[in-house]
Amino acid sequence: MNQSVEPSYALVVKKDCPTCALIEPVIAELAEKIAGKLTVYVQDDPSFPANSNPIDDRSLEFSYNNGIEIVPTLIDLSADSEDRIYGWDKKQWREFTGISSLGEGLVDFKPGCGSKTQDPGMDEVLALRFDSGLLQARKVELAESEDIMEACFERGWTDGLPVVPPTPIRVMRMLSGSDRPADEIIGNMPPDYRPCSIEKIAINAVMAGAKPEYFPTIIAAAEAALLDKFCMHGLLCTTYFSSPVLIVNGPATRQIGMNSGVNALGQGNRANATIGRSLQLLIRNVGGGVPGGIDRATMGNPGKYTYCFAEDESDADWPSLAMDRGFDRDQSVVSLFAGDGLTPILDQQSRTAESLAKSMAASLRCVANIKLFGMADAILVVCPEHRRLLKDSGWSKADLKAALFDELMTPGSEVLRGANGMAEGMPAKFKDKLLNKFRDDGLHIVSTGGTAGMFSAIIGGWVASGERGSQLVSKQFSITGDENE
Amino acid sequence: MSDMTLLDPTAELNPVERQLLPRLQSLSGATVGLLDISKPRGKEFLDEVESQLTELGATVKRYSKPTFARVAPKELTQRISIECDAVIEGLAD
Repeated sequence: MNQSVEPSYALVVKKDCPTCALIEPVIAELAEKIAGKLTVYVQDDPSFPANSNPIDDRSLEFSYNNGIEIVPTLIDLSADSEDRIYGWDKKQWREFTGISSLGEGLVDFKPGCGSKTQDPGMDEVLALRFDSGLLQARKVELAESEDIMEACFERGWTDGLPVVPPTPIRVMRMLSGSDRPADEIIGNMPPDYRPCSIEKIAINAVMAGAKPEYFPTIIAAAEAALLDKFCMHGLLCTTYFSSPVLIVNGPATRQIGMNSGVNALGQGNRANATIGRSLQLLIRNVGGGVPGGIDRATMGNPGKYTYCFAEDESDADWPSLAMDRGFDRDQSVVSLFAGDGLTPILDQQSRTAESLAKSMAASLRCVANIKLFGMADAILVVCPEHRRLLKDSGWSKADLKAALFDELMTPGSEVLRGANGMAEGMPAKFKDKLLNKFRDDGLHIVSTGGTAGMFSAIIGGWVASGERGSQLVSKQFSITGDENE
Repeated sequence: MSDMTLLDPTAELNPVERQLLPRLQSLSGATVGLLDISKPRGKEFLDEVESQLTELGATVKRYSKPTFARVAPKELTQRISIECDAVIEGLAD
């Protein structure tokens, strides 16, 4: 041990720790023998330990600032590296202090206890208490007479449903779900193009009701929304129904308990509900995208509260949406699609893949308008029973995609404006063209839902799909917060 | 920090205080409610306000609270919010 000429020690204890109580006489002995060179800090009861003139550290300021994790911790302040020993180890204490008779009569060894700084939830409390620069967002002080829930409504922060009030401690806990620094700016959030920090994402995630473990997924969703290909600004402003639809793939969905089974697109799962809602609140609050303001939707759609689900990846033969986008099965990926509600495809009679593909294709023609082609993308959501039928027929996902493509080829003359007594349709220049309902890369296939029911579905896309508007975007993330592109 | 401190989730473009609704740009064609809070001589005062508003091109609708001692009934404030673009709450004595 590094012994300087003028040894000086700090000792951190708590009365509640049996090891600290055991060595109370040792502390008194040490205080006497190296008088003036030992400073004792106590975390819970300033009357302890006896005869050592302890400093009250119930605020935990010393303990926090010195990274104390175990009590007792004895620190040699005179050593260059601030040597430390933990718990009670008679031989070690004697060597550390140079007092060979220390602790005579005591047991040789007793491990220490956890420091009060390690109590559940204390980390964020102490960080807030002693690290005032961590949070940059403006603080809104409410009057005692204000109802905290109503205050959030009155300030225009909500989507019409109650939000969890974003107190500093809740925001700190949300931030702890990721390694990303709070002041990191991920980009400018449309429509106002204001800087969007990790902290602002955390505040809105708290309000949405998310847990800190969802935070990496939420950050990835926000980053995906800012990708130029997604065209979030136009999507928000449109009079059309569309809004971000979030599809999450990979191990993170299982780790955070997302629903990819019964009622996957419905209510009831906290992760599904709050991850989607976090993005919506972020666009509202940081972006300034408020309905009736920049958001000019004629009707909107209920998914503008939240629209987020996980893919069922239980079938190793079925490539996930993320895999279709070039990612691996073991990578966690969030994809954003500019889409609207959900249109059922009921098919309980098909017993062959050919028949099912025909009925799916026929239903897909209804996206936007049965006579409009190449305008809106779509997601075909295949239910597990239909997926099984395809598999039993020896069809892969690629086979389904190819069959749908073929089924959806249509002579332009059949869907021109005015054809079949309907004014809406394709311009006359497509008269002699062979058209497909969807542009290349405009039809995506995912699989989710409960194992009972031959009910697949369509999520129709924005009528400004493709390069002139929005394209499906994907962002990989890691649940540990160790994010890489 | 108390439980009554919240962190602003917005881009902080607006002041923290609750915002006023947008003011009318012009009275021409607007419907303005005059709410008599039922204090003495309120009618005479609001009659004059009404004639001046009418001259400025506004349509005026008159309302009154049952008693000045209590806040306006919810049905009354809802009716005014549906029927009017702006409201002037009249005081007298």
